[in-house]
Amino acid sequence: MRIALFITCVNDLAYPQTGIAVTRILRRLGHTVEFPVAQTCCGQMHANTGYRAEAVPMVRGFADTFDGYDAVVAPSGSCTAMIRDQYPRLHPAAASVAGRTYELSELLVDVLGVTDVGAAFAQTVTYHPTCHSLRMLRLGDKPLTLLRHVRGIRLVELDDATECCGFGGTFALKNAAVSTAMLADKCARVRETGAAVLAAADNSCLAHIGGGLDRARSGVRAMHYAEILAMTGHYA
Amino acid sequence: MRHPATPAGVPSTGGGRIRAPLPFPTAARSAVADDQLRANLHRATRTIRGKRVRAVDEVPDWAALRDAGAAIKADVQRRLPELLERFEAAATAAGARVHWARDAAEACRIVVELTRAAGADEVVKVKSMATQEIELNEALAAAGIAAHETDLAELIVQLGDDTPSHILVPAIHYNRTQIRDIFRRRMADAPADLGAEPRELAEAARLHLRRRFLEAKVAVSGANFAVADTGTLVVVESEGNGRMCLTLPQTLISVVGVEKLVPSFADLEVFLQLLPRSSTGERMNPYTSMWTGVTPGDGPQDVHVVLVDNGRSAVLADPVGRSALSCIRCSACLNVCPVYGRAGGHAYGSVYPGPIGAILSPQLTGVADNASLPFASTLCGACADVCPVKIDIPEILVHLRQQAPHPVAERTAMRTLSWIMRSPRRWALALRVARRAAGPLGAWRHRRTGTRTLRRLPWPASAWTRSRDAPLPAPQTFREWWEKQ
Ligand code: SF4
Repeated sequence: MRIALFITCVNDLAYPQTGIAVTRILRRLGHTVEFPVAQTCCGQMHANTGYRAEAVPMVRGFADTFDGYDAVVAPSGSCTAMIRDQYPRLHPAAASVAGRTYELSELLVDVLGVTDVGAAFAQTVTYHPTCHSLRMLRLGDKPLTLLRHVRGIRLVELDDATECCGFGGTFALKNAAVSTAMLADKCARVRETGAAVLAAADNSCLAHIGGGLDRARSGVRAMHYAEILAMTGHYA
Repeated sequence: MRHPATPAGVPSTGGGRIRAPLPFPTAARSAVADDQLRANLHRATRTIRGKRVRAVDEVPDWAALRDAGAAIKADVQRRLPELLERFEAAATAAGARVHWARDAAEACRIVVELTRAAGADEVVKVKSMATQEIELNEALAAAGIAAHETDLAELIVQLGDDTPSHILVPAIHYNRTQIRDIFRRRMADAPADLGAEPRELAEAARLHLRRRFLEAKVAVSGANFAVADTGTLVVVESEGNGRMCLTLPQTLISVVGVEKLVPSFADLEVFLQLLPRSSTGERMNPYTSMWTGVTPGDGPQDVHVVLVDNGRSAVLADPVGRSALSCIRCSACLNVCPVYGRAGGHAYGSVYPGPIGAILSPQLTGVADNASLPFASTLCGACADVCPVKIDIPEILVHLRQQAPHPVAERTAMRTLSWIMRSPRRWALALRVARRAAGPLGAWRHRRTGTRTLRRLPWPASAWTRSRDAPLPAPQTFREWWEKQ
């Protein structure tokens, strides 16, 4: 199976460790991952902020770049949801590749049939299900199933887990006051768990929650769950 | 009499209390700073949310009911003109008089004239969103007619010289002590030592209202549903005060948005299950009143229906946005909305707050007049999951954002970014430049704090760093790592 990694623009620039983690997990499971360098951005920010026309060239670019792969994997619930939900409407020719694009846990659990990726991580972790992974992709507890199989991990439940963290893309800037109020509640729930690590499926939401946790000097580390799945004894 | 479906003469936008006087972010900022308000909202929405989940989970065919509700409403939207004519014919045959109002002002004018014709200088009111939308109380007051709200929460809001902040619970922003203070201050017949227990408050309101019911000659209501086949109107409520208004006075005037139609009586079966469970979290609401024109010798003998367009025809013309007209005003979307929960209803500047307000108000007025509302959402999707008629609120929000006027600086930035990102070569270059430019800063921050984040950025990024540290580009982008392997 030809698997291509769609790293996403934010991860490429600021969170390369997440892409490295996805590559390591898939290689450890015996798969070859390709990285088509022509990839740029899924266009979500443009489409969701009212610039659909400006997003369409990116959608077309995505369809051209990832055509011919059996599966495209993205370490982002939100970008995957954009591709699956909006691409068929924005550019009908992108419908087929959109149907073959998976968020990491979907690829692992649904396509490859794996729940134990052979990871080890001796930390207390709490998991925040990001909104688009929860309500658009309906990931359910796939990421948690993967995390439960990590050796040494202590998973603690997050109160009000399904409530939005307040990021919302440009919402965080346009409605900073409400966004901050939502963030404060999310950070409080995270800290109540006593976890050392907050995991999620989207680095954009984690930049927001992690940024709030850092500002409060909470000591809680925000990590994409792929990075935990990539850990083995050697890396931890 | 004019037909609302005739394009000529129907204004494309509506009037009344649906235009936000302040941009949402500005109004929300002061609301967020009000700790008491947030605490009141948090407590109240939590309680209703929990009740709704229990009431919905016990229905085995909830998914099928939602499908049916959505399908009936979509069908109504496809053939609204025909159904409206059918409703008019049936209601008229049953002894009601049907009036057509193109907009809020016309609807108010009709109600004022009818009230005057009945020789009344006061009316009792059943809780109704449509009359709040058209600002009927203000229009009546201007004509020297006193309007008395009889729904407990509407009464609280009215006595407090305030506006509703929730569809179902208009006084949700108050706690009991605040309500007791309003009653003591403004309700002439309230006992001086009135306490803040819900039972005491309800009793004071009951005595206060009882007098009004017995004296009133004219009642004004809305309707939750209007049945095209039979000309029947339906009001669903919890307190029974609505039923008093609907039965005691001689004259009954009902103001009904044209989207409230359902084709047949049998369709009510679906909505009378969906509405109470979604709204109050009850299996069935305590009072459901239905009336069809005039019943000789029983109840109001002078019955009027004012069918209001007020922007709805324009909404109907948009195939993506029109499903906002399916709304049955259950307010489930408000109760689960994290933005509503922090900002409260007044921040939306319209009688329709929360997620439904963010998609309905801008469509009724035209997006340019409510340009900030489609952005008053994180697109978290909690609203769409609970909506009993399956309105895809996030999709409509995104749709309306395309029509909103964009700030010039934002548009320039977005266009530039799109120009860079549509070219793999330009994007790769931009990544390299960003990574290099941030390199020394990131290294310095890392030495000092152990993380590559910034605590302060200049405007407009300061909107981020006021509450969150901001990430910097990594020392090596992913594609650089990939190439080096
Ligand atoms: S949009 Fe849906 S959930 Fe919201 S009030 Fe209307 S019917 Fe209820």
